[in-house]
Amino acid sequence: MTLVHNFPFFSILLCMAAGIFTSVLKQRAAKALTFAVVAAVLVLSALTLRLTLTLEDAYAFMMGHFPAPWGNEIRIGRLEALMATGFSAVMLISLIAGMWHTPTVVSEQKVNLYCIMIDLALAAVLVLIYTNDLFTVYVFIEIMTIASCALVVVRQNGHTLVAITRYMIMHLFASGLLLMGIAMLYGITGHLLMVPLHDAVAHIVQTGEHMGPLTVVIGLITAGLTIKSAMFPFHGWAPDTYAFAPPLSSAILSGIISKSYIFVLIKFFYRVIGMDVIVSQQITPFLFVCGVSGMIIGSILAISQRDIRRMIAYSSVAQIGYIYMGLGIGTDAGVEAALFQMLVHAAVKSLLFLSAYELINVSGDRKRFRYLHGAGYRNVPAGIVFTIAAMSMVGIPFTGGFIVKLNLAISGIAMGGWMRALVLIALALSTLLNSVYFLHTVVSIYRKPTQEMEYPQVQKTPPHVAAALFVSALFIIYLGVGSEPILRVIETGLRTFS
Amino acid sequence: MSKRRSDWESRPQARIRKWYREGFLALDNEIIDHLTRTTPQPPYTEDRLVAQQEEMASRQHERTLALERLDQHNVLAWARTRGRKAISRFYVVLALALSALMIFFLLETVALMPRFGDPATPGANIVSERYITKGLEETGAVNIVAGMILDYRAFDTLGESTVLFIAASAVLILLRIDRNKDGSPVQELIAAESDDRHYEPRNDRILQGSAMILTPIILLYGIYIILNGHLSPGGGFSGGAIISAGLILYLSAFGFEKAGRFFTNKTFTWVSFFSLMFYALAKAYSFYCGANGIPSGIPLGTPGAILSSGLIMPLNIAVGMVVACTMYIFYALFRKGGL
Repeated sequence: MTLVHNFPFFSILLCMAAGIFTSVLKQRAAKALTFAVVAAVLVLSALTLRLTLTLEDAYAFMMGHFPAPWGNEIRIGRLEALMATGFSAVMLISLIAGMWHTPTVVSEQKVNLYCIMIDLALAAVLVLIYTNDLFTVYVFIEIMTIASCALVVVRQNGHTLVAITRYMIMHLFASGLLLMGIAMLYGITGHLLMVPLHDAVAHIVQTGEHMGPLTVVIGLITAGLTIKSAMFPFHGWAPDTYAFAPPLSSAILSGIISKSYIFVLIKFFYRVIGMDVIVSQQITPFLFVCGVSGMIIGSILAISQRDIRRMIAYSSVAQIGYIYMGLGIGTDAGVEAALFQMLVHAAVKSLLFLSAYELINVSGDRKRFRYLHGAGYRNVPAGIVFTIAAMSMVGIPFTGGFIVKLNLAISGIAMGGWMRALVLIALALSTLLNSVYFLHTVVSIYRKPTQEMEYPQVQKTPPHVAAALFVSALFIIYLGVGSEPILRVIETGLRTFS
Repeated sequence: MSKRRSDWESRPQARIRKWYREGFLALDNEIIDHLTRTTPQPPYTEDRLVAQQEEMASRQHERTLALERLDQHNVLAWARTRGRKAISRFYVVLALALSALMIFFLLETVALMPRFGDPATPGANIVSERYITKGLEETGAVNIVAGMILDYRAFDTLGESTVLFIAASAVLILLRIDRNKDGSPVQELIAAESDDRHYEPRNDRILQGSAMILTPIILLYGIYIILNGHLSPGGGFSGGAIISAGLILYLSAFGFEKAGRFFTNKTFTWVSFFSLMFYALAKAYSFYCGANGIPSGIPLGTPGAILSSGLIMPLNIAVGMVVACTMYIFYALFRKGGL
């Protein structure tokens, strides 16, 4: 085992240690440490990705002296390394582009606490990506839930308090379901590590003993994770939380944290239960229907919003619907499209939230569309970047969103029957709806203000922030133009994922 | 003469005679004349027709507005009162039905689960067998639960201690009242202080007397439970909770000033920092050695001795410190927003 094999473990420990260390730092040092750690995690993850591309199979890493069924373990394959790289890159860009607003939204003495939350949220994301142990999943989901609550409530006003109360109720309920599911699964199998769990589950499916509890377990864990990732009928907590949190927190929450719950769900399907059992237990049609209705209804709700951040939040519900539609198709191709959508949406959504906040900032901190008229001229970089991100949302060719829709359509056509028709109709309809509200937004930020309005002079966007936004926009275009290698990594990674 | 005449006219006979002669018409004419008598027209209402039309139009407009308002009020009133009641009743019924359904399904599932304590359950497999039979030999801990949580599955426990730490930090974000830059208290802090003074008893002799006796015993007992964590039931989580109970008793008996002599915000920050950092670094070393197949070189000692079982005792101390500090700071934050 070379040094590079240790890098995922280093990145996890680095984030946790940084979180602990930040508690004794002052605000400037805390911010600097957070930046350094996230950048280091990005480098380590990229090196891990390079290593896994040379390896045939994924490898397990013991967390301690005891092998798999007894001690904790993490497992590193291409898919995990790709996700870790993508998410830490999004995190770094969000930090650079969003951190300079903290003085206006976070009180000075609490900046280091805010940095703790960012570090530990990233640690939890990494652990959820890499772990091979179902109980570790639960522990770090707890950390993630608390961290996301604190990320929102760091800006204290009535809106965030109401939003976070709703968030807490939904998420603690979901955590309860998840914990119950894990406990029951332990009861019928006697294992917590995923690889021995898979064998035990296969045994249960073969003999048919305890099949009823197994079905309930699948239901409970799926319900818990779908609630936490804002799948359509359970999306009630999302819009307010995303709309009123500080911009950086919205970018992290909607871009990265909600995706890692979905990644855990995919891991649960593939590695613990086995996708064939999931399909035969009729879980995928449920996810498919929820995904499709989320795509349509989320978009309709987004059209009816008058506030740009709520509009983006509702479009997030629609985009999560794409992911669940891909999962619901139930074939490897569908899941690959869903995984690619996770990457694209992480980049696009965080970029949308950050650039929208820049536009709001130059319009006197007003979020209604009619106050945003001309914002694209007042802040040129943010306007351009927002337009590119919106194009990706709609699915214009040469952006990441186009490849997602293409892959979803291809995997849907391969299915045949009612699913093929539904996939194509849903994609067409939701593209139309997406273009309605994103076109409206882009037009309104480039429209001349109809009446004389007072726009206060604000600090100009610093060049490094604009550069970070542009890098992210270029990344979205790269995902649309050069998606082939990434899709191949996802495809080969998924083959060795279970 | 005129007086006599008017007297005569006001008499009923005279009035009847007048009515008989001229009828009601005269009276009516008088009234009509009175009502329609126009005041002299000022020059600015020359265009009287236009003004009248405008006035009529504006009255019409007001009337429509009022009707609309009435309509809206009726609709909203329905939504605000009866509609909301109906919807909330619907939600309550739906929630009850869903919960009942869920309870039914989960109870049904529990009935289908393997029996608890049955030697043939799936839980009695190689995993628990090794924990029970080889736990003492491999971890050096007589208390196999301590061996499991701090050695076999130490990464989960690191996560659990981090949960406590992050929960404390989140409550700090929510409830801590910061002082001004120059160290002077803000208005909220003064209000919280006076609230606390109002609601909490001061110098209660009975409480202070019992705290004097109990606090040292409780602290000693907590320390015993932590230090003996690898030998007997107990460990960092339970011992830390006991220590924090002792500290909270002391705080409520003697107040923040006296407790502040040995426990301030800084104490909390540094103690939890050092314990968690020690935990993370120690475990990082052990994970690194384990994964790369390097012997860690930490002696396990004689089982049963107080200095045995490798890292488990120091880790128990670290966990205990974190738990004690976290619970104590929770109490202080919820009471008056800081120490």
